[in-house]
Amino acid sequence: MQQLENRDNESEYSLTPHVIRNDFPVFRQRIHGKPFIYLDNAASTQNPTSVIERVKKYYEEEHSNVHRGVHTLSQRATESFEKSREVVRSFLNAKSTKEIIFVRGTTEAINLVAKTYGKQILSAGDEILISGLEHHSNIVPWQILCNETGARLKVIPINKKGELILDELPKLLTNRTRLLAVVHISNALGTINPIEYLIKEAHKKGIPVLVDGAQSAPHIPIDVQKLDCDFFAFSGHKLYGPTGIGILYAKEHLLESMPPFQGGGDMIKSVTFEKTIYNDLPFKFEAGTPNVSGAIGLAEAINYITRIGMDTIAVFEKTLVHYATKRLLECNDVRIIGESKEKGGVISFLVGDVHPHDIGTILDEEGIAVRTGHHCAQPVMQFFGIPATARVSFGIYNTKEDVDHLIEGLKKIKKVFN
Amino acid sequence: MEKLSELYQEIILDHNKNPKNFKRLEHPTHTAEGYNPLCGDHYILDLYVENGKIIDIGFSGKGCAISKSSASLMTSCIKGDSIEEAKNLFEQFRLMLKEENISGFIGKKAKITVLRGVKAFPTRIKCATLIWHTLKSALEGNTKTTTE
Repeated sequence: MQQLENRDNESEYSLTPHVIRNDFPVFRQRIHGKPFIYLDNAASTQNPTSVIERVKKYYEEEHSNVHRGVHTLSQRATESFEKSREVVRSFLNAKSTKEIIFVRGTTEAINLVAKTYGKQILSAGDEILISGLEHHSNIVPWQILCNETGARLKVIPINKKGELILDELPKLLTNRTRLLAVVHISNALGTINPIEYLIKEAHKKGIPVLVDGAQSAPHIPIDVQKLDCDFFAFSGHKLYGPTGIGILYAKEHLLESMPPFQGGGDMIKSVTFEKTIYNDLPFKFEAGTPNVSGAIGLAEAINYITRIGMDTIAVFEKTLVHYATKRLLECNDVRIIGESKEKGGVISFLVGDVHPHDIGTILDEEGIAVRTGHHCAQPVMQFFGIPATARVSFGIYNTKEDVDHLIEGLKKIKKVFN
Repeated sequence: MEKLSELYQEIILDHNKNPKNFKRLEHPTHTAEGYNPLCGDHYILDLYVENGKIIDIGFSGKGCAISKSSASLMTSCIKGDSIEEAKNLFEQFRLMLKEENISGFIGKKAKITVLRGVKAFPTRIKCATLIWHTLKSALEGNTKTTTE
């Protein structure tokens, strides 16, 4: 933390990953005797000391149940929890904290919308539109819902570069489309979707839009009012925060109109055996004791990255992706999957005919963590006719040297498999 | 690198490049599909069994070097064996990956011990056993096997 605060005077777009690294205790260790290089940030990011310390402080000094009890610790816990909601509101530039629902993660956020909003508005013959780039978490909840209601799932197709084919959009947004649910940045290919355009086009026809922001919120500035999206979801553990905490943003009037997700404590005003009056927003959607430490840790993580600046992070990661793409393409045999013009900090690739699983094992022996597999996006893999890829994804602590080590690691792969 | 060269031994890489029994059978008596959704390894195993004996065996599909070489080694080891012998070999194989016990492999079966290096890579054990689980399914009349 010390290092970050001392950097206040530096120019706006500077980010020094070598210094930021020191804020992350995980990098103190060696993996298989080698310096630890973490390139799996699209799966989970590491936590800075400030987040770990904040969660520790909560458990040491504040831990108690929230919104209950008059004792001091319950008040402290409630205050920290609700302050965290305000931090999230400000991060997304939402109008009100009533629009910020704490959930377990992006997956739960999308399921919440499907089970409440979706279930309420869908009839047989209606349509939900998603894209060919979706993570399973933005496919399966809608499939379940379609099976329950008789609605149909439609898909915006993608091209060979891994971009949405926007020419198809007008005919896919029909008078039966009830929701467009679309990923902001693809976790499998890194494609940044033209989300503003998609939202505008859908709104022209009165169709609300859900944005899966799991890969965007940690890496580029988000302003939900400017985007005018109706729902926005992201996860804490991909944003340098704890696991088991995430956010659903939704416009207040939509949340008001939606039935509750789960029933239980905290989401009620009064209960008799005859009737229950639901609580006000946002509590109506937060049944049971929430993940208090997770919410507090997430707020601390947001504080950490916003001190660096989301614009700064976006520029830094773009530069790193350009460098990594260039270095990867210099290697014979490396094929990059996903060549969208607009790309976030994710690169999927193959090395000759070496299976990604073998790539992952060899790189791990070099202390380099990458993801291998289908990245919970099997339809994307099917489109490219491949079972899996190796994927590197960047965060604020990654350096050009990390990329250089990766390239050296890839040479070892070729040596083993010649 | 030592652990790694133990895993990717020359003979394993050879089996990966030029797998034995890499074919579909025309008239199999048993067929099963093996799939590891985690990494996308996907094989189809065909057997021709007569009087309790594996007369012919073939596998096809895609996967990593470990799963493919394991399939190649397995098929060449159990071709001609009785079902009972094949099942016993699976037990020995499992034991090897658990305890590094290689005493149970005799004669031509010994070549399968090149896969013992997998033990040091817990996340890869499922790659090595996928085809064996598929074999078990095929012999038990199940057509699909999934490991996670």
